[in-house]
Amino acid sequence: MSSIADPVAGTPLSDAKVDAKAAAAAAPAIALPVAGERELRLDLFRGMALWLIFIDHLPTNILTWFTIRNYGFSDATEIFIFISGYTAAFVYGRAMLEAGFVVATARIMRRVWQIYVAHVFLFTIFLAEISYVATRFENPLYSEEMGIMDFLKQPDVTIIQALLLRFRPVNMDVLPLYIVLMLFLPVILWLLKWRADIGLALSVLLYALTWQFDWYLTAYPSGFWIFNPFAWQLLFVFGAWCALGGAARMSRILSSPVTMWICIVYLSFAFFVTLTWHIPQLSFLMPKRLEQWMYPITKTDLDVLRFAHFLALAALTVRFLPRDWPGLKSRWLRPLILCGQHSLEIFCLGVFLAFAGHFVLAEVGGGALMHALISLAGILIMWGVAWVISWYKHSADKGASKTKKPVINADLAGGSV
Amino acid sequence: MRPRSGAVLALTLLAGLAATGFARAEEATAQNCEVPGYLLSTEGTLPKVAEAVKNARPLTVLVIGSRSSTILSSEASAYPAKLQAALKEKLPSIPVNLSVELQNGKTAEEVDANLIKLVETKSPTLVIWQTGTVDAMRSVDPDDFRGAVDNGIAALQNAGTDVILVNLQYSPRTETMISAPPYLDNMRVVAQQHGVPLFDRFAIMRHWNDAGDFDLFSTFHGTDMAKRVHACLGRALSKFVLDAARLDQAQQN
Repeated sequence: MSSIADPVAGTPLSDAKVDAKAAAAAAPAIALPVAGERELRLDLFRGMALWLIFIDHLPTNILTWFTIRNYGFSDATEIFIFISGYTAAFVYGRAMLEAGFVVATARIMRRVWQIYVAHVFLFTIFLAEISYVATRFENPLYSEEMGIMDFLKQPDVTIIQALLLRFRPVNMDVLPLYIVLMLFLPVILWLLKWRADIGLALSVLLYALTWQFDWYLTAYPSGFWIFNPFAWQLLFVFGAWCALGGAARMSRILSSPVTMWICIVYLSFAFFVTLTWHIPQLSFLMPKRLEQWMYPITKTDLDVLRFAHFLALAALTVRFLPRDWPGLKSRWLRPLILCGQHSLEIFCLGVFLAFAGHFVLAEVGGGALMHALISLAGILIMWGVAWVISWYKHSADKGASKTKKPVINADLAGGSV
Repeated sequence: MRPRSGAVLALTLLAGLAATGFARAEEATAQNCEVPGYLLSTEGTLPKVAEAVKNARPLTVLVIGSRSSTILSSEASAYPAKLQAALKEKLPSIPVNLSVELQNGKTAEEVDANLIKLVETKSPTLVIWQTGTVDAMRSVDPDDFRGAVDNGIAALQNAGTDVILVNLQYSPRTETMISAPPYLDNMRVVAQQHGVPLFDRFAIMRHWNDAGDFDLFSTFHGTDMAKRVHACLGRALSKFVLDAARLDQAQQN
């Protein structure tokens, strides 16, 4: 099974080069994952991304300080989209090799439908929440901000726009992005299978053109998609490219100490810059020129600085966290891995819990302690539900499906978000 | 209903001890709403204001804003009026004129079109431009928003006035519906580019909420809390104006 760091992991620096060469020679053009064996690091980091996204969606609290967006440019969304691209290519790439383009496309479309239904479900919950808030909340301090509820006055338009993915409440932008990316996965896979590097180059080209010509998708009632799919596809395609053998081919670069030092220097730089956001007293240390060149670091269009920050993080991670690291089997990381293994369900649950958390804070009480409690409770619930889901898969459903031929489970390598 | 009243009481008591020096404030005496120094420090300057005060010329302030710059049916309690009162108190030797031009429901770009006309009729020393809320609610493209604020500031500076930007309110109840960060970030960038002081209303209100000074989640229907928040904002803004004009030591005893 190929993985981001197979050849790198656990190899002493001195013979990393030789090892990488051997691995590169051994790696087939498209690596077929061994069925049944999971890359636990992917699950681990996707689980982590899910937790971080949940915490970032809640109002600022103590736990927010543990999320990576406070220590650099990129945040959990990057991890999430990259791993989603990686795992989707893993699962459906194999399907495409074994069963052909049409069957793989059909399976991908089924997954797209599932994500779409999940999105609509979340939207319903969101509508319920804000309708409730709108009718009860009349603080004159916020009479202007409450104007945002005006869309409730024309549900005919709003709901249709929501079904068209054009009306998205705050915090509900990831699933539509994911739906669009998955919709194009058959084409992406086909391109990567044909000529992997050309596929990646086209993706970079689309990214560059998006920046050059300011392409975007419009939203309702005005504005644009918060995550521009034309830009964010780069991470997704890059993830897919890595899964289909790119990572193995990059292993020499990944294992070079030069790369390591570039990553470390860049991450330190990013850390310092973010520090000046949190401690404004330090901002005099930032050269004005640099600020003007660098800011704003846009999330909508996946700023190059963000992308580079993610790459640096990923490069260091695969270097220092080997695939066979025994800690991956420890029970302490079990909750994270479990959540990562059921990502669509847990992602939706996280969005719902963030709504619910806001609601509790508003209706019952705020305060730092309450904030922290809600974050913790949310994470425990995510873990609990992930455990229940896996119990269903492994125990409750087993008897029933024994006679059937096992279908490829999208969750296995998570074609899911 | 809210379990934090005990904590609020304790905080109020503590803060009361700390704030004895602060107590000469007008009607908000009971309200503790200190703003940490870093939230009021700015690299931007207000040369026109400094000049007017030094030469004992009248100070004319024009507040351009949306609905969050007023309190419906009690305008005299909104932050612009409080700002004027505080400035008068701190600059007793010169007349302070202040007028408010509300541009309800208009984005920065739409306000741009009226800016010059407004400035020509009032010829202010200082324009306080509160913006971003409408753009955030309509989710205007942040790049367009940045361009609009940029143009607006340039026009105001060309017209010979000082400018202060005021950003969005911290509104935890609508956080799930209005995405403020892109607009906050862009206002910070533009302010920095023009050397214009940015009054970080968002961070200040969030600080008050976190410190327990105000419970901004409250569903309370009366105007009482709005008045207290605005009184505190007006006072903080007056301090900010004097700090940015570097008038602090010279004028305040």
